[in-house]
Amino acid sequence: MMPKQDVVAMLLAGGQGSRLGVLTKNLAKPAVPYGGKYRIIDFPLSNCVNSGIETVGVLTQYQPLVLNEYIGNGQPWDLDSMNAGVHVLPPYQRSKKSDWYKGTANAIYQNIQFIDRYNPNYVVILSGDHIYKMDYSKMIAYHKEKQADCTIAVIEVPMEEASRFGILNTNEDGSIYEFDEKPKVPKSNQASMGIYVFTWEKLRKYLIQDEENPKSSNDFGKDVLPAMLNAGERMFAYRFQGYWKDVGTIDSLWESNMDLLDPNVPLDLSEASWKIYSRNPVMPPQYIAKGAVVQNSLVAEGCNVYGEIDFSVLFEGVYVAPGAVVKDSILMPGCRVEEGAVVQYAIVAENTVVGKNAVVGKRPEDVENKDEWGIAVVGADCTVCEEAVVPPKMMVEAGTVYENEKKEAAK
Amino acid sequence: MRGNNMLGILFSNSHDDKLRELTEIRAMGSVPFGGRYRMIDFPLSNMVNSGINKVGVITKYNYQSLMDHLGSGKAWDLSRKREGLFMLPPFGNVSSMQNSRVESLASIENFLKNSKEEFVVLSDCDTICNIDYTEVMAYHLDKGADVTVIYRYGDIPQGFSNPTVYTVDPEGRIRDMVISPNTEGPCNYGMTMCLIRRELLMQLVADCVSRNLYNFKRDLLQRHLRDFKFYGYEFTGVVKTICSMNSYFEANMSLMLPKIRSELFNPERPIYTKVRDDMPARYGLGSSVSNSIIADGCVVEGTVENCVLFRGVKVGKGTRLENCVIMQDSVIEGGCRLSHVVVDKDVIIREDRSLMGFQSYPVYISKGSVV
Repeated sequence: MMPKQDVVAMLLAGGQGSRLGVLTKNLAKPAVPYGGKYRIIDFPLSNCVNSGIETVGVLTQYQPLVLNEYIGNGQPWDLDSMNAGVHVLPPYQRSKKSDWYKGTANAIYQNIQFIDRYNPNYVVILSGDHIYKMDYSKMIAYHKEKQADCTIAVIEVPMEEASRFGILNTNEDGSIYEFDEKPKVPKSNQASMGIYVFTWEKLRKYLIQDEENPKSSNDFGKDVLPAMLNAGERMFAYRFQGYWKDVGTIDSLWESNMDLLDPNVPLDLSEASWKIYSRNPVMPPQYIAKGAVVQNSLVAEGCNVYGEIDFSVLFEGVYVAPGAVVKDSILMPGCRVEEGAVVQYAIVAENTVVGKNAVVGKRPEDVENKDEWGIAVVGADCTVCEEAVVPPKMMVEAGTVYENEKKEAAK
Repeated sequence: MRGNNMLGILFSNSHDDKLRELTEIRAMGSVPFGGRYRMIDFPLSNMVNSGINKVGVITKYNYQSLMDHLGSGKAWDLSRKREGLFMLPPFGNVSSMQNSRVESLASIENFLKNSKEEFVVLSDCDTICNIDYTEVMAYHLDKGADVTVIYRYGDIPQGFSNPTVYTVDPEGRIRDMVISPNTEGPCNYGMTMCLIRRELLMQLVADCVSRNLYNFKRDLLQRHLRDFKFYGYEFTGVVKTICSMNSYFEANMSLMLPKIRSELFNPERPIYTKVRDDMPARYGLGSSVSNSIIADGCVVEGTVENCVLFRGVKVGKGTRLENCVIMQDSVIEGGCRLSHVVVDKDVIIREDRSLMGFQSYPVYISKGSVV
């Protein structure tokens, strides 16, 4: 038996993140690089540590190799403690009824034993696909104050966008009376952030109940939460104010990176009181050469910049050759952009080489048919050949050599 | 691979007097260097990269910042169950203060005795280089040497304290060693690093102490030149010895050269340092940066040319920095003009200040000052 923990956090990190396409070919969504040195999972993990939560279970399933290696023993987040810490929890074989994680609720259900070992009063359910800084301890305090069984964090979204989210309709005291999944005519603009605080005793009961129901899809949003609401449990909405972004799509991932370059966006990663921890690369400082032009950008350790960068995020060890231009783009660790290449409105994944005079992406103003425009994405470990052109919205499969067949036609 | 039978000993305070301004509040080993490092990161990482997994750090005074920097040794992978990092401050009633290297070594007799490694690598912290001690070890064994000193061929850097000059025969054997000679032109001068069998080192230290001799070079090495097999290992890579404010400044500036950077920061043998969890450097609208080394956590909104900016430095709008070394968390507000200035940690330079040094005499602003 472990010493009792008041709160255990469970982080759902098994999702494939198929909407991120080639970026999640070989890694789970929470391991996708973000913001020049982080991975998405650094945000919930750092939030936990900064909120005083010392026990975190990370539920993995899809392509866990990079994620497992990244989390390691949790030392970068100070989660390598003796009686608590971070634990990676993959699905496992048992004497009967072994299965993959069938849904978010099932993933927690399969780890009831893990949670029980700490005998917690409260369990926080988090997901690994959002960028935000949040003090969970305040939400837990709210949960206690309301004597709730379940508290769901909500954020106000613009009314016109509300139909894209799961909307919670609440009474004046904050109690929830209705869930409205992607409503056509939203009654409120309080969107669920996918962050739940449960009283463990209650959640445990509902998880077992849900598992017994063969018709259930074993999902929190679709099954467990409605079941609790129907049974009249005390469910409250906790309002969060601040920056929060789902980075589940190429566009939102790109936008969220660009948000870091905008001084008006309230997401400051340099705040000493709420640091975002990550596994730090061992690299020398960056070098900005003579003749380089660097503006409005975020540049990590080990970069060598000889060319021009503007409104871009460069991860560690990126090389930008003389005469190369990188604008409005994200270059992930170890990328090389060779001489004369132009990268615009693009995401280039790890260790990819963009050859001489190649062109990746295009500015939206230069595209006639706006429907054809989108962020260009080049997967990890690719080679974009010299003079090749990667058109906007294109996704280049990871690990491939990209040549431009249509080059002659274009001329 | 770890565990190659070598023990590391670092002298963290040696030559403190050469960098008086920078070492007033810290040991030589914790002098910041190259944007994100401390001097000790280089010899320590070299040892770790050479498979040494037990390192003793000898300190005398001013070692708070050094201890804070090294912590448990985690960042160098030296926080181990077996072996690891050992801080060796002055201990017990041994001659109150350890004034000489031999006294320091005598005071760690137990540490040496209880180690099981057969060989010891001794190094100071004033030398920036990326050296593979396994090669020195292979050379040592190949020659059947008792002591292998590491030297370099060239002009002795200006201000180098008590240089040792070796006469090396074609076999590599040291035929003569002279200390602080009056020489001109290139010669074989010592890099204050040597490899020696642990038991021999203990024996030589004990011998010196029993004769009341305390000079490492003269009494421990030079006096025994004929008794033991001394060999010299020539290191031909990049070396920057820090022995004055000028050489400190010059060594920082030399990092702008790709050849020096690629050799010092060889990805196969990386230089480790304490982790700070800063965000990547942020460049604002209208920033202009050229030929500069910049670390994480910097926010640059002005013009920076030929500078080394350490972690967390802020450069305000309209400010122009040329040929400066700015250490951790210093803030240069807007509209300033600085040229050839070394700014220590946590300094605030208020708006519209102007500070000019000269290449041969950089201006130094001490830690925590407000200008």
